[in-house]
Amino acid sequence: MLRADGITVAYGRQRVLRGADLAVAPGVVTGLAGPSGCGKSTLSRVLALLLRPDAGRLTVDGTEVHRWRHRASRDLRTRVALIFQQPRLAVDPRLTLREIAAEPYQATGRPPGPADELAEDLGLTPELLVRRPHEVSDGQLQRACVARALALRPRYVICDEMTTMLDASTQAHLVARLEAYRRETGAGILAITHDEELLTRWTEPSGGPTVRMS
Amino acid sequence: MTSSLTVQNLSVRFHLPGATVHAVSDASFEVRQGECLALVGESGCGKSVMAHALMGLLPGNATVAGSAWLRTGGAPPLDLIAAPERVLARTVRGRRIGLVPQSPAAHLTPVRTARAQLAEALRELGNPAPADELAARAGLAPEQLDRYPHQLSGGMAQRVVNAIALAGDPWLIIADEPTSGLDRPLVDATMTELRRLADDGRAVLLITHDLRAAEQVADHIAVMYASRVVSHAPAAEFFAGPRHPYAAGLLEALPSRGFTPIPGRPPELTDLPAGCAFLPRCDRSTAACSHLPEAGTEPSRVACHHPLERPLEHPLEHHVAR
Ligand SMILES: Nc1ncnc2c1ncn2[C@@H]1O[C@H](COP(=O)(O)OP(=O)(O)O)[C@@H](O)[C@H]1O
Ligand code: SF4
Ligand SMILES: [Mg+2]
Repeated sequence: MLRADGITVAYGRQRVLRGADLAVAPGVVTGLAGPSGCGKSTLSRVLALLLRPDAGRLTVDGTEVHRWRHRASRDLRTRVALIFQQPRLAVDPRLTLREIAAEPYQATGRPPGPADELAEDLGLTPELLVRRPHEVSDGQLQRACVARALALRPRYVICDEMTTMLDASTQAHLVARLEAYRRETGAGILAITHDEELLTRWTEPSGGPTVRMS
Repeated sequence: MTSSLTVQNLSVRFHLPGATVHAVSDASFEVRQGECLALVGESGCGKSVMAHALMGLLPGNATVAGSAWLRTGGAPPLDLIAAPERVLARTVRGRRIGLVPQSPAAHLTPVRTARAQLAEALRELGNPAPADELAARAGLAPEQLDRYPHQLSGGMAQRVVNAIALAGDPWLIIADEPTSGLDRPLVDATMTELRRLADDGRAVLLITHDLRAAEQVADHIAVMYASRVVSHAPAAEFFAGPRHPYAAGLLEALPSRGFTPIPGRPPELTDLPAGCAFLPRCDRSTAACSHLPEAGTEPSRVACHHPLERPLEHPLEHHVAR
């Protein structure tokens, strides 16, 4: 279980989260809905160990998190992956798609894993893998980001409005890939979206709960 | 005489070292007064390039062919493709055509308030209307105009660029992905605003990858695939059962329908096949499809050798009646 209890976060004097609780169970898709600006993205960054909250507790499979960002233990950090809404803001523009997909191996000093196969599986051709972000569409770039997120086989995957920028077919394709990953590995998925129809279609098969923030 | 924009056989090529990008190929369509035409298709298919071609905003490595006749009010007809830059800058951009750009936040100057930027647009275009009045029409309160771009939410920034696009009282509004990243209530508000503009006797060209947003406002739907307009139909007809296999696939991918992706991926625009570009992904293809299909004729045009005849089996659940 990935569990957040009483999370409070303020940016300067503006408090965006006040005592938020959320649990992401392995094996199912948990939905998270709420109006824009209600703090969903902030909470997802806390869950991915990328943002230290001002108050509250985060536990990953029973282990409480005390260090955040690069200071968090490698094991904890790689157990949670985050996929962002805007792929362009989430990648280094100098890297090729192949390098983006393989970044986690590098960052953790591991031998390069099956990044190419993973990327291929997500619909990226060898021809696309040598291109850089400005030479591909948002949909193609997001595919590389999903490959990157799944590279180290995380136990939890947080999808923060992952498909808002994408056309219907690419959306359906990426969600299907994540569902296949969940069934294969028993990972827990947090699906954050303001699209109610998408939320229903995505959470229904695994019977996971939907949490609403306001 | 009603006003209109008539695009005929529009093509845009980008010349790169060692390659040519076929960004728009032989596109024809019309937008008439009081109407909204939605141009839909997946990212990278050429939608923004089409908008930029109409506005004369293409970079130097582009070549354009075809015509785009703008006929509005008492002004003599103008071919936007042949018109010199001087004419486009003085009489078209901002005045006869307003562009709502993709990613509004990136188009606002960070160090100046929304009011200063809107007032400047009004001044440049010689519009004596007060900024507050224009902002109010776009759904902004006067105090929101005093904010700097970083203090605006996505929805407010959208309304600011909408107001700026309307500063010169243009007849045609081209909105390029005006709802990307907005949540549903804001999408709904933006669509209502675009519809109102059309109902006021203007025309709207809505460019989007969001089929449901298109369904909310459009009178006609044009679908672009790999640089070509492959389908063009009245909206009600389209949503009841698109006849082009690609359009049908897009609709079936919606979460409210089958939620099934179209297999495969679109071709590279540097290496388009001679025949139908959808062939490798299409389950209706035959040998005939290696020849380019004709665009067909009004009112419902389908560039396909084997179009679907009947509506999809799934009845439309949420068609928005107007
Ligand atoms: N300046 C340019 N030089 C070369 N290729 C370009 C340029 N601008 C756009 N393109 C290409 O033109 C195609 C259409 O792009 P675009 O119109 O932005 O797609 P859409 O708006 O449908 O997402 C893409 O393949 C894109 O990479
Ligand atoms: S022309 Fe042929 S390949 Fe192309 S969409 Fe129609 S049936 Fe499919
Ligand atoms: Mg675009």
